[in-house]
Amino acid sequence: MRWLLPAAGGVVALAAASLFVGVSDVTMGSLFSPGGSDEAVQILLASRLPRTLALVLAGTAMAVSGLILQMLARNKFVEPSTAGTAESAVFGMLMVTLLAPGTPIIGRMLVASLCALAGTTLFLAILRRMPLRSPLVVPLVGLMLGAVITASTEFVAYRYDLMQSVRAWETGDFSGVLRGRYELLWISGVLTAVAYAAADRFTVAGLGEDFTTNLGLDYRRVVALGLVIVSLVTAAVIATCGMIPFLGLVVPNLVSLMHGDNMRRSLPWVALTGAGLVLACDIAGRLVIHPYEIPIGTTMGVVGSGLFLYLLLRRNAGGTGRAA
Amino acid sequence: MIEVRNTTKSYRGSIVVDDVSISLPAGGVISLIGPNGAGKSTLLSIISRLLPASAGTVTVDGMDVATTPGDVLARRLSILRQDNQMTARLTVRDLVAFGRYPYGKGRLTAEDEIHIRRVIGYLELDAHAGRFLDELSGGQRQRAFIAMVLCQDTDYVLLDEPLNNLDVKHAVAMMKLFRRTADEFGKTVILVLHDINFASCYSDRIVAMRDGRIVYEGPPETIITPEVIHDVYGVRADIHEIDGKRMALYFR
Repeated sequence: MRWLLPAAGGVVALAAASLFVGVSDVTMGSLFSPGGSDEAVQILLASRLPRTLALVLAGTAMAVSGLILQMLARNKFVEPSTAGTAESAVFGMLMVTLLAPGTPIIGRMLVASLCALAGTTLFLAILRRMPLRSPLVVPLVGLMLGAVITASTEFVAYRYDLMQSVRAWETGDFSGVLRGRYELLWISGVLTAVAYAAADRFTVAGLGEDFTTNLGLDYRRVVALGLVIVSLVTAAVIATCGMIPFLGLVVPNLVSLMHGDNMRRSLPWVALTGAGLVLACDIAGRLVIHPYEIPIGTTMGVVGSGLFLYLLLRRNAGGTGRAA
Repeated sequence: MIEVRNTTKSYRGSIVVDDVSISLPAGGVISLIGPNGAGKSTLLSIISRLLPASAGTVTVDGMDVATTPGDVLARRLSILRQDNQMTARLTVRDLVAFGRYPYGKGRLTAEDEIHIRRVIGYLELDAHAGRFLDELSGGQRQRAFIAMVLCQDTDYVLLDEPLNNLDVKHAVAMMKLFRRTADEFGKTVILVLHDINFASCYSDRIVAMRDGRIVYEGPPETIITPEVIHDVYGVRADIHEIDGKRMALYFR
C-alpha cells in the first residue's frame, strides 16, 4: 500500500511529460513567455490536455475492465478483445454508421455498448455450456467468437466501403483527440469509480457462483453489473480512440502477481498501471519517428505482447504455476 | 431445524434425488453417507439453495430456501462444496475475511476481526495467513476454505466431503473441530463423508442414502451394523466395538 503514492506520482509525471511531447513547441518557457504564448496555451488546452486526459481515462478504464472480465469469466486470459466484447462494439459502431449516420456520438456509443453487452453475454453463455473449462480453451473460444463477429463486420464494411472506419475503431490512436472529441471517456472514468465501489462484489464473484450464493449475493446481478461496466467502457474507448490491445490482459495479470486479486486492494494498482502503461506507450509512439507518430495500437501491441509472453513463460517456469 | 419435504431433483429424465423427506433437528453433527452417485451432494446443494429442486420444498428454521433472500439465509446457513477451483489469487486471510461478507458487506468491524483471527487459529493457519491460496498445498487450501465457511458463523454449517485432501492428523483435527463447533457453539454441522468410521466416531446422527433415497437414519449404533452397511454399500463389513465406538472393517 505504501508504494501506491509513489506509483501515483510516477503516473502524474508521465502525464506531465505527455503534455509537452509533440510537433509544436509547447514548453514551460513558451507557455509563460510574454510573446507568442497564446498559441502554446491554445495547443495545450485544445489538443495536449485532452489527449493526456483521454489516455489516462481510457488506460485506467480498459485495464479495470480486463480485471472485471477476468473475475466474471474466472480466467486470467480474458479481456475485452478475447471475449467478443470489442469486436461486438465495432460491429455496433458499423451498424449505426450505416443505418443511422446522423446519430450523435453518444448514441453511437450506446448502440455499440448494447452490441458489446450482447456479444459478451453470448461468450459467457457459451462458457457455461462447455463441460471442461481448460483455462486456455476459454480465451480461444472468445477469439473464435470475436473472429466470427469481425468477419461479419468486415463483410458489411467491405460492401459499403467503410473498411477505413472499421480499422480506426480496431486500432487505438490518440492523435485525433481534441477538445470536444474525447469527453465521452469521462463516462468510463465514472464507471471505473463504480467498479471500485463494487470491488468486493466482483472479488466474491471471482470465487465462483457457489461461493457467491453462499455469501448471500445474487451472482447473476453481479455478473450483469460487471458486463454493463465492461461493455460501456469498451464502447466508449472504441468510439473515441479505438481499441487498445493487450491492456486489459497484461495489467491485471502483472498486478495480480504482486498484490493478488482482492479487488478492493488491487484495483487502484490496476488503474494506475493501466494509465501509466498507456501514457508511456503513447509517448514512445510520438517520439520514435518524430515528427510523425506511431498509433498506440501498434506500440501497445508490441509492448503488451512482450509482457504477455513474459507472463506466460513465468507461469510455466514457476513450480506452483498452475495454469490460470 | 431443517425440513426437507418430498424433494426431487432430476436431470433430463434421470432422477438424482428421489422424493426425499427428512427433518434434521438443530444441534449436533449429522453425517450423510452412501455410495457414489447416491445423491448426497445434490441433496446438500438443494438444502443450501445452490441448486433448485425439481419438486418439493426445503425450509431452514421455517424459511423456504427457494424464496428467502440470499443475504438473510447467508447469516443462517453456510455451505462448502467439494472441488473448489480458485482462479482468483487471494490470501488466506482475505478469503477467511470474506466469510464475514454477509454481515458487513465488505466492511470489517473489530468483532469481525476477532472472528477471523479465531477461526484462522482453530484451523492452524496462522503461519499461512498472509500467503496466497495458489501457494498452498491442497490440504492447506481445503482448511482455508473451511475456515471461511466457519468464519461465516452460521447456525447451520454444511460441508461436502470436508476431509478431502487432508492427511490423517488434519482429518482428525477437523472432525474434532466440527464436534466442538456443535458442542461448544451450539451449531448444526452437516457433513457428507466417505469414511464410515469418521462418521461413526463423531456423529450424533447418520443419514444413509442410496439411489437418490434416504434408506436409513439414526444414531451411529443403529447404522454401523453389518446388515445396514451391506444394504447401503453392497460390501461385507465386520463391526468391532473399540472404546465404545463402532468401527467397520471392510478391507478384506
